Amino acid sequence: MPPIPATEFTPVSALLGGLLIGLAALLLMAGTGRIAGISGIVGNLPETRGAEAGWRLLFLAGLLVGAALWVHAGPPGAVAVELVGGAPLLLLAGLLVGAGTRLGSGCTSGHGVCGIGRRSPRSLAATATFMAVAALTVYLVHHLLGA
Amino acid sequence: MGLLLPALAGLLFGLGLAVSQMMNPAKVLNFLDLAGNWDPSLALVMGGALAVTLPGFAWLRGRPRPWAAPRFAWPQATDIDAPLLGGAALFGLGWGLSGLCPGPALAGLVTGQPLLFGFVLALLVGYRGTAWLQGRTRAA
Repeated sequence: MPPIPATEFTPVSALLGGLLIGLAALLLMAGTGRIAGISGIVGNLPETRGAEAGWRLLFLAGLLVGAALWVHAGPPGAVAVELVGGAPLLLLAGLLVGAGTRLGSGCTSGHGVCGIGRRSPRSLAATATFMAVAALTVYLVHHLLGA
Repeated sequence: MGLLLPALAGLLFGLGLAVSQMMNPAKVLNFLDLAGNWDPSLALVMGGALAVTLPGFAWLRGRPRPWAAPRFAWPQATDIDAPLLGGAALFGLGWGLSGLCPGPALAGLVTGQPLLFGFVLALLVGYRGTAWLQGRTRAA
């Protein structure tokens, strides 16, 4: 495994970005009554039609435009996307993330931002579980195996 | 209004992922790497988001309906069961291997990196494959 590229602690941009994500989730619920859970929005898209597919596509298009604005028109070097690992690892990880978020009914946004935001013990349990397993996985891969 | 709102929410979401740098897997992995070059930034991303959703959702609970829809689709499940925890564990394993969860992986597509398209495709295959298995299990 290649080492993880170093990153700096960026409290101000982290907090600002977090506020924007929270605002987005609040706006989606206040306006359309929907939970901003990305795994469900994109994963259930193939089985939806009409208006149900429409709001999902609009949300996803907005997400891409929002990210593109900052990446391509924001301050130079404000954000990088540094992948760690090659194709076999990333494809395996993608399969696991897809299967896990379907089985566990949500990801960082649906369970983390929205679920904890509505004080759901179920979402808190899911978030604690995926955070703990992810931290343990990083420890195994980058310290025990990668040493 | 009904079409503008999800697009605007998506825009703010994508902007938030970019501004916070949560769409950088190295940033996420360094947050998860407690024994390494620990970067606590993502705790503040989550904190900032919850600072809005905690009071915001509590406020919405007392409102009759959304601005542009007949009702709030609050999730109904409350069980802390094996699929929830098993699924969360599988997701955590994939997240820890890659530093990518669904939102940041999609946002990262704007950088045009082919490996990210592969990740998102694998994510969809994993999600739909699991949905198919769940349907078969229920039918059996």
